[in-house]
Amino acid sequence: MRQSALNAVFQLAQHDERVLFIGSDLGVGTLQAFRDAFPNRFFMEGIAEQHLIGMAAGLAMEGFIPYVNTIASFLTRRCLEQIAIDLCLHRLPVRLIGNGGGLVYAPLGPTHLATDDLALMRAQPDMTVLAPCDAVQMTACMQQTLHHPGPIYIRLAKGGDRVVFPADARVTLGEAVTLRPGNDRVMFLTTGIMAQRALEAAERLAATGIDCGVLHLHTVKPLDEAAILAAARRHPLLVTLEEHSRIGGLGAAVAEWLADADLHPAPRLLRLGLPDRFPHHYGSQEAHLSALGLDPEAIAQRVVAWTNGRVPA
Amino acid sequence: MHDVTPPLDERSRQLRLLVLRAMEQGGRGHPGPALSLIEILRVLYDDLLRYRPEQPDWRERDRCILSKGHGCLALYALLADKGFFPVEALDTFCRFDSMLGGHPERGKIPGVEASTGSLGHGLSIGVGLALAARLQGRAHRVVVVMGDGEINEGSVWEAAMSAAMHRLDALTAIVDCNGMQSYGPTREVLNMEPLAQKWQSFGFTTREVNGHDVPALRATFTTPPEPGRPTAILCRTVKGKGIPVAEHNPAWHHQSRIAPERFAAMRQALSQETP
Repeated sequence: MRQSALNAVFQLAQHDERVLFIGSDLGVGTLQAFRDAFPNRFFMEGIAEQHLIGMAAGLAMEGFIPYVNTIASFLTRRCLEQIAIDLCLHRLPVRLIGNGGGLVYAPLGPTHLATDDLALMRAQPDMTVLAPCDAVQMTACMQQTLHHPGPIYIRLAKGGDRVVFPADARVTLGEAVTLRPGNDRVMFLTTGIMAQRALEAAERLAATGIDCGVLHLHTVKPLDEAAILAAARRHPLLVTLEEHSRIGGLGAAVAEWLADADLHPAPRLLRLGLPDRFPHHYGSQEAHLSALGLDPEAIAQRVVAWTNGRVPA
Repeated sequence: MHDVTPPLDERSRQLRLLVLRAMEQGGRGHPGPALSLIEILRVLYDDLLRYRPEQPDWRERDRCILSKGHGCLALYALLADKGFFPVEALDTFCRFDSMLGGHPERGKIPGVEASTGSLGHGLSIGVGLALAARLQGRAHRVVVVMGDGEINEGSVWEAAMSAAMHRLDALTAIVDCNGMQSYGPTREVLNMEPLAQKWQSFGFTTREVNGHDVPALRATFTTPPEPGRPTAILCRTVKGKGIPVAEHNPAWHHQSRIAPERFAAMRQALSQETP
């Protein structure tokens, strides 16, 4: 997914000379092809995230479209004020590509986890927040970032994530995608790589007679309110699923929307995400998700528990 | 260096009266940080920067960012004086619907390049503007005006390293060294000296000048940069310059609810600055 995102930046740069790439201190050889082709439009600025954002703002003020890339936790926390003031207050078309969203960097410990990035970025006025589910969807989303007004945060996953988005499917930023229709009892609302887990959980649940749909939100902000309204009207149970703190992410966004929408009847909402604490384990992203009850089997069990006798068939 | 500050001339006093006018109407403001800036901005706008007040977004204009946004009363005085907006707009300072807030905003105020207020942002933006000019083959200057308290911020030094790395000779960093920050003297809050050596060692051609000496500022600002190196100009100034009660007085960093009768006294004090 990361490679797809960076390749897309290179492709965009080939067609539009306003496109720039700004990295902090990325791995050796990152986007070498870009650097070879457009040395003047490729910047590796060092470990100075605050400066990176301000510099990108200055370039964007003059008409460029900078794509800034570094590790998601550093990109969203270290320079949050530059993001708020330099980018959002000025409504500049800078794109922030965050490596290792969620628990990808689990083996590196808590400093490298980005489990509050969606919350931080959602809270910034005019920021668009993307978390595609796989490389195919990432590529499709990246094409749409070129002409989008205002700043965008793009969350990357580990890479090699199972492709579930159809290669010929269309993507429009801000529009949710139905990955599995279901039978109007339970709808998963997913973002990022939890789409795959929701689909697997839905398979297991189908075997027990609960046919769940999966509505995937590659765009967490702006929220696709029409799609959520349609889901809320048809499904007595909505289940949000995210590799992110339960504070401030997709589940919170849907809960906020439901509270404001004041539907009668309103669906029940099960929010599955990460607890409000730093994990003090290493191991793999997979191991963390399982330990936190976010593997397909555990997800399916939570849904069964919530549906037992409580959701009309 | 403070001791040799020349008396203020008529133009410097008139610009300070505009600052007082806005502050009186708004009932508040940052007088100290504005009054130390007047001659710096005056010489920039009188003698160095190229701009068109009637066409603020003229592509070939020089870009000037007031990174110490709390000094905006001085900038507003200069922009009004130059005709970017009517002088009467100063009377709306800090009102609900005013374009002139307690910190300057891009897109609201003609002639303001960046919204500032949180310190330590301007130099990085300036690096971006200077890089953009180079990429687009344009020759305008980029000037970023900072405070000596502001440069406590680490982000300033990130930007400084980048400016030198990119050999941005179109970029000039001006530091209003009034020696006082909000709490007290900078040397007691966070001593940044030896400041000239700092900028030098970060790769800047560094100059120092009395920031109230108009001919000296003119000579320094119009000295061409060294090819391949950004310039830092340390302007030694007096916080609150021209209003005795405010000079060197940290209590005048920011003031609200100034009794109306005090403005008459301040105008009076200013008029006694006559050489």
